Amino acid sequence: MAAKKRVVIRNHSAEANLFARRTFITFIAIIVLSLVLFSNIYNLQVSSYEKYQTRSNSNRIKLLPVAPNRGLIYDRNGVLLADNTPVYSLEVIPEQVNDIKKRLSEVSQLLDISQEKQDKLLQAMKSKRRFKPIELYSRLSEQQVALFSVNQHKFPGFFIDARLKRYYPFAELTTHSLGYVARINGRDSLALEQQGLAENYAATRNIGKRGLERYYQDILHGTIGHQEVEINNQGRIIRTLDFTPPIPGKDLTLTLDIELQMIAKRALSGKRGAIVAIDPRDGGVLAMYSNPSFDGNLFVHGISSKKYKKLLAPQSNKPLLNRTLQGYPPASTIKPLLAITGLDAGVITPETEIYDPGFYQLPGIETKRRDWKKWGHGKVNLTKSLEQSCNVFYYDLAYKLGITRISQMMRKFGFGEYTGIDLHEESRAIMPSIAWKRARYNKPWYTGETLSVGIGQSYWSVTPLQLSQALSILVNKGEIKVPHLLKASTEVVTNDKDTSTGQTIITEYVVDEKQPIVLKDQHSWDLVLDGLHNTVQNFGATGYAAFKGSKYDAAGKTGSAQTANIEQGEEYDASKVKESKRDNAMFIAFAPFEKPEIVIAVAIENVAEGGGGANAGPVARQIMDQYFGDREIVSKDPRKHPHHSSDFQQNIKNSAGNP
Amino acid sequence: MRNTGHDQHQQRTLWQRLHIDLPLLMGLLALLTLGLFVVYSAGGQESAVLIRHAKRVGLALFVMFIVAQIPPLSYRRWAVPVFIIGLMLLSAVLLFGHIGKGAQRWLDLGFTKFQPSEIMKLVMPIMIAWYVSQYDLPIKISKIIIAFILVLIPTLLIARQPDLGTSLLIASSGIFVIFLAGASWKLIGACVGLASAFAPVLWMFLMKPYQKQRVLTFLNPEQDPLGSGYHIIQSKIAIGSGGINGKGWLQGTQSQLEFLPERHTDFIFAVFSEEFGLIGVGLLLTVYLAIVMRGLWIAVNAQHAFTKLLAGSLTLTFFVYIFVNIGMVSGLLPVVGVPLPLISYGGTSMVTLMAGFGMLMAVSTHRRFNI
Repeated sequence: MAAKKRVVIRNHSAEANLFARRTFITFIAIIVLSLVLFSNIYNLQVSSYEKYQTRSNSNRIKLLPVAPNRGLIYDRNGVLLADNTPVYSLEVIPEQVNDIKKRLSEVSQLLDISQEKQDKLLQAMKSKRRFKPIELYSRLSEQQVALFSVNQHKFPGFFIDARLKRYYPFAELTTHSLGYVARINGRDSLALEQQGLAENYAATRNIGKRGLERYYQDILHGTIGHQEVEINNQGRIIRTLDFTPPIPGKDLTLTLDIELQMIAKRALSGKRGAIVAIDPRDGGVLAMYSNPSFDGNLFVHGISSKKYKKLLAPQSNKPLLNRTLQGYPPASTIKPLLAITGLDAGVITPETEIYDPGFYQLPGIETKRRDWKKWGHGKVNLTKSLEQSCNVFYYDLAYKLGITRISQMMRKFGFGEYTGIDLHEESRAIMPSIAWKRARYNKPWYTGETLSVGIGQSYWSVTPLQLSQALSILVNKGEIKVPHLLKASTEVVTNDKDTSTGQTIITEYVVDEKQPIVLKDQHSWDLVLDGLHNTVQNFGATGYAAFKGSKYDAAGKTGSAQTANIEQGEEYDASKVKESKRDNAMFIAFAPFEKPEIVIAVAIENVAEGGGGANAGPVARQIMDQYFGDREIVSKDPRKHPHHSSDFQQNIKNSAGNP
Repeated sequence: MRNTGHDQHQQRTLWQRLHIDLPLLMGLLALLTLGLFVVYSAGGQESAVLIRHAKRVGLALFVMFIVAQIPPLSYRRWAVPVFIIGLMLLSAVLLFGHIGKGAQRWLDLGFTKFQPSEIMKLVMPIMIAWYVSQYDLPIKISKIIIAFILVLIPTLLIARQPDLGTSLLIASSGIFVIFLAGASWKLIGACVGLASAFAPVLWMFLMKPYQKQRVLTFLNPEQDPLGSGYHIIQSKIAIGSGGINGKGWLQGTQSQLEFLPERHTDFIFAVFSEEFGLIGVGLLLTVYLAIVMRGLWIAVNAQHAFTKLLAGSLTLTFFVYIFVNIGMVSGLLPVVGVPLPLISYGGTSMVTLMAGFGMLMAVSTHRRFNI
């Protein structure tokens, strides 16, 4: 009742006014707050639009790197030396498999997959996204691929993934020059990062580790491509938005001739040694083989430690070593170069004649240095010194020249220096000098050592590559063309819009030349070259046997390097000496004499019997025979080389009568 | 007054006889229709989600219609008993409630689960308006204290669940009644001062760790972009990347690619903003404001203090819904669980809201008989 009374006396209009005022205040507040909301949204959607637009896109758009295909490598005749072949792996997307354990054991039974691999997959499933493929088996055999393909419908979620892997069809034949690619390791990644290349290698798995694969890594690799995809919050790919194809690496054509490599391998089979053949006209390496070799393919997939240990085992004779780039005592093969040095220094003339009693003695010193011919060569001039490889002549020459003059000239011929070939594994070997010995051993130079240098012994070591390079300089009469393996690189340039048609651009290798060697008398070159010609063409000369009956006009020089000191008064007999202390056989040769197309250096370690002429000569001969094939190259001046022409004519007759 | 009332009686339209306020209904239908589209987009374009939402919209409209038929002054009779039942249910929730998402909000009745706090959303303004309207306005301080205690009890019970968003809405619905009833400005000032003083106490003793984390995240979401800051960061990216024109319906990458969490419930505004841009946001706010304006117009024109206070409180609470949801989704306010009214997918809150609008319609159309 009281309440009702109060209602009666209530001032309704005053209350309505109060309420209206309060409502009006809330109305203003609502308008203000709405404006606050709207301005905040305006700020987000208009003022900060670009920022949020970018963040929205970076949420959903991912760039997936696509690895470029590695450039292929061909020999000079277009024979494929390094290929990319598909490798098949079995992958599983766990999300698409309904009973993973059952299916896994079924597929494993079908393809004979080990329990270990299955367990590994089940383990990997725990840490990976369910819609991302996991590798179950890498490198399926063709049979496995076929077997799975037929049964694929039984295994939803399982699929075969193909990837390109490097393959060297000629295996150990090309490994030392091509090198190989292998998995990018931590050190490689660091190096790439420092060079600012990490981004370009984002999708790349392998990198050139040795040889040309390493030297031309940048050219062979190409440029990374990108797939722009839209993903959801789980990282699952919804669709592809854009695709920038990768630019494949350039194909390389080498100066190598795989057929010469084959001959080289056959010629060196069972021996330890190396062959380098160069075209002196442009410095292109025609053949480069080191025996024993190894199969670079082993490293592409990651070599097993068992196989690696086998390569390192002593009985394998260091196959990893590239002997073409390794120092050997040059022995008599450098005599022609010393002759050039002597002529240029005026120490000897073409007419200089010495008497060789079979030994050489320094004035006032008892020690006798023997010639290889016990009873001596008698009267020896320059030409004969080369033909007969007379040591006494060169002891005398070296003594007269002194180590400094020898060393200076030999450096010009490239000894003790990098040749600059397109391989990183090159050794400088050793060109000894007074300063070198002081730096290396902190000892003075002895005159006796100069004599040893005169016959290419002592500390002196040269790589077969350096030796062939020096011979190349000699036949070019002082011109220096830096040896190289690359002949040309090929790239296919495609239009951005139309990838089907491409323009092939071939870039020829530009031959690098060094400052030539200029002699006081250019005639000296001919003199020494004639001597080398005679060494091979004159009956009874040291290189005669090696090129007897060849259809082309060859020249060369033998060498036999001691690998162990022989005591005074002792005789060297290969059959009585430990294998590792036997002589090395060396041989250098070039042909044709008048316009040389090929120079060869051969080194064979610890030969059983005979010197360079008997052991290394035939190796060079086989390479040349292959190189010239049926070509007949006769000297234009039969008077100058009477022996050769008659011998050659005789050969023609023989072969004509006996086809 | 009586004459005009009589004239109105003469001119009663079909809508008035159905107790439907047409302008209000138009606004509500506009929102509900829009909600269907946005829920379809935000719910992964699944028709099942859309159908469930549509059913609930139908139910909500039906509830609104039924509530509108009840003469508003008769609510007063039910205020006290329902309020007491509500308090009992809230206590029951705390004792035997069903736990979902780390909070006890649901009461399992066997055949259905429901949130007693939803009932309180409606009962609170009725209760306070009933209490306050018994006395002369402006309201006296002694009544304010009692009214305040009435507000505080259910608010604290709900806050204990914990459900900060709902307790906030319920508290404000009561406080709006007190404000509209003419609480003195001095007192309001004092309360604000007291509240600020109370804030540290709230922080130290009453807030749960996850609530504190929400506030910290609100202050600096970028400190943990993949953890607690993820929601708000992704939401702002969604809104911001919508730009002026939006990405288009079903084209929002943030929502369709599922970067945005709680897409079809509390964060549906971000989906809407991403797909419809600033233009869409402007239109949505306009519709909301139109509804709020109509609500206030109904309140001002109501002829009894109780209906005035009730209609005013319901309308203002509706605006609080809007402001808190949009504010939290766009990074103005900390994240509290408040849906976007009449758009968000989600059961009871829509039915409760529409029941509230049923009351507004009742206030708007029953006036003649209740003086």
